[in-house]
Amino acid sequence: MSAREEVLAAVRAALVGVVPAPDPPRAPQVRPPRDVVAHFAERVADYRAVVERCARDELEARVAAALAPASTVVVPPGLDLAVAGAVEDAGLAARELEEFEAVVTRARVGIAETGTIVLDHGPGQGRRALTLVPDRHVCVVAAGQVVLDVADALAVLDPRRPQTWVSGPSATSDIELERVEGVHGPRTLHVIVVDDAQPLD
Amino acid sequence: MRVALLVTCLNDALRPGTGQAVVSLLRRLGVDVDFPLAQTCCGQPLVNTGYLDEAVPLVRSFVRTFESHDAVVVPSGSCAGSVRHQHALVARRAGDPGLATAVEEVSSRVHELSELLVDVLGVTDVGAYYPHTVTYHPTCHSLRMLGVGDRPRRLLEAVRGLRLVDLPAAEECCGFGGTFALKNADTSVAMGFDKVRHVRGTGAEVLVAGDTSCLTHLGGMLTRQRAGVRVAHLAQVLASTEGDVWGEPA
Amino acid sequence: MGGAGVTGTFVGMPTFPVAARRALGDAQLRHNLGQATATIRAKRQRLVEEVDAAVPTSAADPQGLGGWEALRRAGAAVKEAALRSLPEHLERLEAELVANGATVHWARDAAEACSVVAAVARAHGVREVVKVKSMVTQEIGLNEALEAEGVAAWETDLAELIVQLDEDLPSHILVPAIHRNRAEVREIFLRRMKEVGRAAPDGLGDEPAALAAAARSHLREKFLSARMAVSGANFAVAETGTLVVVESEGNGRMCLTLPEVLVSVVGIEKVVPTWEQLDPMLRLLPRSSTGERMNPYTSTWSGTAAGDGPGEVHVVLLDNGRTRALADEVGRQALRCIRCSACLNVCPVYERTGGHAYGSVYPGPIGAILNPLLNGVGHDDQVDSLPYASTLCGACFEVCPVRIDIPSVLVDQRAQVVDAHRGRRRSGEAVVMRLAAATLADEGRLGFAERFTGVGLRAARRGAGWPGLRRWTGARDLPRPPRESFRAWWRRTGGGTR
Repeated sequence: MSAREEVLAAVRAALVGVVPAPDPPRAPQVRPPRDVVAHFAERVADYRAVVERCARDELEARVAAALAPASTVVVPPGLDLAVAGAVEDAGLAARELEEFEAVVTRARVGIAETGTIVLDHGPGQGRRALTLVPDRHVCVVAAGQVVLDVADALAVLDPRRPQTWVSGPSATSDIELERVEGVHGPRTLHVIVVDDAQPLD
Repeated sequence: MRVALLVTCLNDALRPGTGQAVVSLLRRLGVDVDFPLAQTCCGQPLVNTGYLDEAVPLVRSFVRTFESHDAVVVPSGSCAGSVRHQHALVARRAGDPGLATAVEEVSSRVHELSELLVDVLGVTDVGAYYPHTVTYHPTCHSLRMLGVGDRPRRLLEAVRGLRLVDLPAAEECCGFGGTFALKNADTSVAMGFDKVRHVRGTGAEVLVAGDTSCLTHLGGMLTRQRAGVRVAHLAQVLASTEGDVWGEPA
Repeated sequence: MGGAGVTGTFVGMPTFPVAARRALGDAQLRHNLGQATATIRAKRQRLVEEVDAAVPTSAADPQGLGGWEALRRAGAAVKEAALRSLPEHLERLEAELVANGATVHWARDAAEACSVVAAVARAHGVREVVKVKSMVTQEIGLNEALEAEGVAAWETDLAELIVQLDEDLPSHILVPAIHRNRAEVREIFLRRMKEVGRAAPDGLGDEPAALAAAARSHLREKFLSARMAVSGANFAVAETGTLVVVESEGNGRMCLTLPEVLVSVVGIEKVVPTWEQLDPMLRLLPRSSTGERMNPYTSTWSGTAAGDGPGEVHVVLLDNGRTRALADEVGRQALRCIRCSACLNVCPVYERTGGHAYGSVYPGPIGAILNPLLNGVGHDDQVDSLPYASTLCGACFEVCPVRIDIPSVLVDQRAQVVDAHRGRRRSGEAVVMRLAAATLADEGRLGFAERFTGVGLRAARRGAGWPGLRRWTGARDLPRPPRESFRAWWRRTGGGTR
């Protein structure tokens, strides 16, 4: 027998006489806060990320200010935002990405309860490496993209697309369980929430 | 009301004062206490060490001894937990559906002491007097297996003259663990030392708990360390009145 | 570490009581562990209370369980449902993965899984692979197997890096170097980094931030040059063929994204039936594990994606004892484990002995059941000692996010250990237990024996140095013998007077 057949046969043998379980109960949902976007901003900030809210017409200035110390910036195709001096990614090698100090992207969903931004690497978000190698990630989230909790995010996300869920800057607690921000991923996460509704499809 | 006492083998042989305190306390509350002499041990030491076959006759004997009683009181969270959670396991092992049914029936009428007082008799002030500073260790099986919650605390808080001080890290295990104390003696002692350190730090005169097993382990350390802290079972505190303070024989 | 067909136990380890005795003597270890576990317990507890407060009692939680309890019941139910219908979920997972462009391999045991990974490395001519922290690749001893094939496997998680550089063994599921403090980590980095890659900077201090920065620059070169990565997976979604890796540092993202080839070794129990069912799991795991609402990074991928990440994706579905555990009626629930390590952090035994005493990559309460379940009992004293490495205090069950009743499984495993030894040469313990059972089964015999309690205790108190007895009397006095047993008192007085 092949390994496949043998493993599956062993699984079946182990379950002889075992009845399938009923459908799991729906996980409990949290009470919606008065202002879900404010809740999102607070929870992102808890991770020691930089968070700010702005109006649509302020966005480009805010992005420029967020990038201020960085002199080399890379952006994904489809960002739909003017970033002065930025280079658009056209399949840069990892070593080339390493030369950029910052990256600006959009996101797919923001999760308020956990302070998470989810990238599904569609237009304006870039491929996965783009938001990983540069040390500063400026991420623009539309207020209308913010959902309450994990279940709401899963409902709008397409599992066939690769995803990166980001909750604050990269961190470790591996030495004496003392949290330190910034190991391999971007050491600075700067989230700008734009107060205009952008439909979630 | 008529209640049968399951005194537990440990109290029977080593700490008869615990059982005597339960009898005195319940009689004071107007309860008719019976002690079925056929009782032996709930079987927990065997089950927890893995000797399930050997525990089968004990469970049979337990069921025979207590099946005709409306309520059974146990001055031990651990033994009550064993009856309520492990006897079914042993019955299943015996492959005897009759025994399993009987076990389910009897074990539903078994109450740990604080449960009997608060839930069945509906009292928290048992009229006790105990003029001492006391700290309470909520033993693991009372706390987590039975879920007695704050019942023992409420009973102690109602005792006149008693000053209850908080025990730091109270919910952490004392390290007794039945045969664990022998099989893993070093770890057991390390855990016991930490518990005793917390007890001594409270400044209490008396360490109170609802399980003689944990008290034997901790009491043995306290006397070895000449700590000046004595141990008392919850039943002994609650049985005490003015002029009749219960304690271990000097 | 595990060779062919065995699982995750360190070869030649002494039994738990012996290893624990050694560990208890290490004051630094005790201090490091006490500090670390207390910190993480407090963080987790705050979040449990936050969830309780955030879930309205009426609608979302009709039974009044509390938000956290309702959440962990949902998590337990998802994993239980997956396990009970595992064959169909595994076949679905395989089909979806293949449809998404992944290559699926099956492995009966550790050796088979290791040889699959080695074959992929060979096919691409790579001499180095980078690794995402994964329990399963430790369980199968992958690094050693690859080394034997001339392939160097670099651990990229900070704690794993510390353990690997020091040629040490992991001692915790989440933080494998929990037994090391900052000064020890600094020393390891200064001594070893230069031998295997970029050296630690001169004048390296012992602040965790500086040590993390040293790891960042040491590993950056490896990430940029690696052509192949190896990972595990926290979850494998059957209906979509999606693998999920939950991490903190970004080393996982580096490995999952930059190399050309990715091999993920996935235990067959990692299956979650549907994408929506990730909901309770992703809320339970980080809160139980690192005490965060969400971990910094979670990556999900379903096979290959054009122009993004590895162009060649392999998945190895591994048994290695899991079907043995699955067949165990009581122990089956251990396969719900999501490796959060909450049970380690609350375990009073683990807190004092540390993880090495368990002699396995899976230490603590979950290790005390998982190792015997995966390996079977009755043929290795070390494995047989593990179910006894617990006081059955129940703290582990209380915190487990998927409600594994570890104390009940421990008791059942103890029974299996005893049963496995029935009919062999009788141990002293078995003789004592059978004698006790015979005495306790009959009140006449018990009453007779109790008459000698006083005599026995008095003799024992005098002869406290007897071997065996010393295990009790080494640190504790024996109780004073009572004048008479309760039984004798009752017979004499009818319960009348003291």
